[in-house]
Amino acid sequence: MTAETGASPDFRREASKALADPQLRANFRRAMDGLMAKRAAMFADPAEWRQLRALGASIRARALARLPELLERLEERCASNGIRVHWAETAGDANAAVLEILRRHGATRVVKGKSMVSEEMGLNEFLDRRGIECLESDLGEYIIQLDGETPSHIIMPAIHKNRQQIARLFGRKIREARYTEDVDQLTAIARRVLRKKFYEADAGISGVNFAVAETGTLCLVENEGNGRMSTHVPPIHIALMGIEKVVERLEDVPPLYSLLTRSATGQAITTYFNLVSGPRGTGEKDGPREVHLVILDNGRSRIHGDAELGETLKCIRCGACMNHCPVYTRVGGHAYETMYPGPIGKILIPQTEGLARRHDLVEASSLCGACVEACPVEIPITELLIRLRKEAVRRDASSGVLEGGEAQSRLETLVWSLWKTAHVHPSLYRLLGWALTRLRKVVPARLPVLSAWTSVRAAPRPAPRTLHEIARDHGVPDA
Amino acid sequence: MPEAAREKILARLRTRQREAPVSDFGVMARKTWPAAERYPLLKRMMESVQAEFLEAAAADWPKVIHAFLTKEKLATLLYGPETPAGRRLAGEWPAAGPRLVAYDRPVEEFKKELFEEIDAGFTTTLGGIAETGGLIVWPSPQEPRLLSLVPPVHVALLDAVRIHDTFWAAMRSERWSQRLPPNALLISGPSKTADIEQTLAYGVHGPRRLVVVAVRGGLGLSGSG
Repeated sequence: MTAETGASPDFRREASKALADPQLRANFRRAMDGLMAKRAAMFADPAEWRQLRALGASIRARALARLPELLERLEERCASNGIRVHWAETAGDANAAVLEILRRHGATRVVKGKSMVSEEMGLNEFLDRRGIECLESDLGEYIIQLDGETPSHIIMPAIHKNRQQIARLFGRKIREARYTEDVDQLTAIARRVLRKKFYEADAGISGVNFAVAETGTLCLVENEGNGRMSTHVPPIHIALMGIEKVVERLEDVPPLYSLLTRSATGQAITTYFNLVSGPRGTGEKDGPREVHLVILDNGRSRIHGDAELGETLKCIRCGACMNHCPVYTRVGGHAYETMYPGPIGKILIPQTEGLARRHDLVEASSLCGACVEACPVEIPITELLIRLRKEAVRRDASSGVLEGGEAQSRLETLVWSLWKTAHVHPSLYRLLGWALTRLRKVVPARLPVLSAWTSVRAAPRPAPRTLHEIARDHGVPDA
Repeated sequence: MPEAAREKILARLRTRQREAPVSDFGVMARKTWPAAERYPLLKRMMESVQAEFLEAAAADWPKVIHAFLTKEKLATLLYGPETPAGRRLAGEWPAAGPRLVAYDRPVEEFKKELFEEIDAGFTTTLGGIAETGGLIVWPSPQEPRLLSLVPPVHVALLDAVRIHDTFWAAMRSERWSQRLPPNALLISGPSKTADIEQTLAYGVHGPRRLVVVAVRGGLGLSGSG
């Protein structure tokens, strides 16, 4: 996804680069510390957190358990509200659906509110190649689009940049902008540019935070007002959602909304909670004439088919797992080379893009569990990482995981089969133990295969005698 | 192709049957405040995100709004002329000073003026949310959606006794699931962003100011308010 020239993604390589960039590290450190502190203040009552989190997890699990019927009900309720529903199996199908709607209306100027699904689709680039301008209107997304970048965080897409970098970018790219490092003035510049774009837009595109099956309602969570501008000013509104975004009832929404805003940015509530249940109604003087909903699968239904890995789909995209991840907070989002970085990306992307290409992500974790503690819907991220690590090296025809076994290496397989042989044959085990202890002085301290360890730590040195021998000396029978 | 996509996706999703867990909403139901504490809590929460409050009585809220606009040198106030509150506002509006503009045409006939010439927009609310702060705004044919979005200042009329404990309690007691309009909103403050270095900046795309006119003792409207 990132601007690497065709090289295949490699977390290890990108993480090393990021770690060597002190400015990037400072930008992330400051931002993540702030977000963690604000979230902690919001969940100061541990009993309330526990109960609300259990409720949130049950709402998401219930929605996933009834997913096919809820999607059908959503479609039916949306249709009776006047929202047109389009289904897409792949990102390409979803792009085609959006293009078809835009072409039918001759739309060439599109404004977009923040949507992670549109990043997944590569929608901006797709439309751009077809002569349709698709402008990001969320301030963070606008900044990175201006600089030809991808988001480095799902909630705060431009968090890797500091104000000086943004000031220089605006000075370079926006004709009427005077150079300023003042955040209020930078914001005012973006307001001026984008107001004109909202005014002129032929269509608006948004994501969906929650889609309510009971009422056919699309819920949008935001602070800036760009989402409302994108969905209510242009004559057409196209909403994009993954199949997992549906919830059963309207009353399921407030607990999830509360968990989302408190986990994401430490806010009790966002500035706007926007419930869209239809286009401009009879007698209404504004609002879009048409509302379309594109429902995208893109590998999600395959994930849903696995009882354990299906937990991935509970995610409400709050980003708390990123903010609390000791890996993410040090390397930032771009090192993951995907639109969903951090712990949730590590379990989602290998499942949607395949383990052959992205098994690097399931290994990019120390399994410390900070993400699991922070997750507001109880996704067992570390357990899923371990499962995916196994899937990556084990070929199992009955497993539905995309490209399972593709990361198997001959050397690794050989090492583990030797390991197993030694451990199931006691006499061989003892012989090896004896040999290692007796040859301890002969083994070089820095073996090349162990350099990842020995380059920064002392090499382990076997003891002079095995534990079995010492135990025997102490009279332990059968040792 | 689209029909096929739908069937294929649903068929894949149906391959696995799962037990749906029961949800315990007790944690939501337990969040209650005595009636007298709800408005002060809402006010405190909303002021913490830069909303401003004007307190008024049933008898004088139109005058309070007029005085506010005059003081802030806001020349035009866009409003919906067909609501009971809009009728009262127009009926008691002093001839001198800030001017009322009626949002009585489709936006297509009015877009340039709306974006370029209006200083403030007036809407009613269906009450507020104590726990988090926030106003319930339901746009309608009488009070269009963009009234609370495009003008730089949003003036919102709040009946200070109509405050619900939580968002959850509000939607349940008012039966939202049976009567949602095409657009419904919670609004808790002026538009804001923290996308640059997490520094809060207000007035990014929506209104720069949210002014809540809180009225005690009823809104003094004939018919439904």
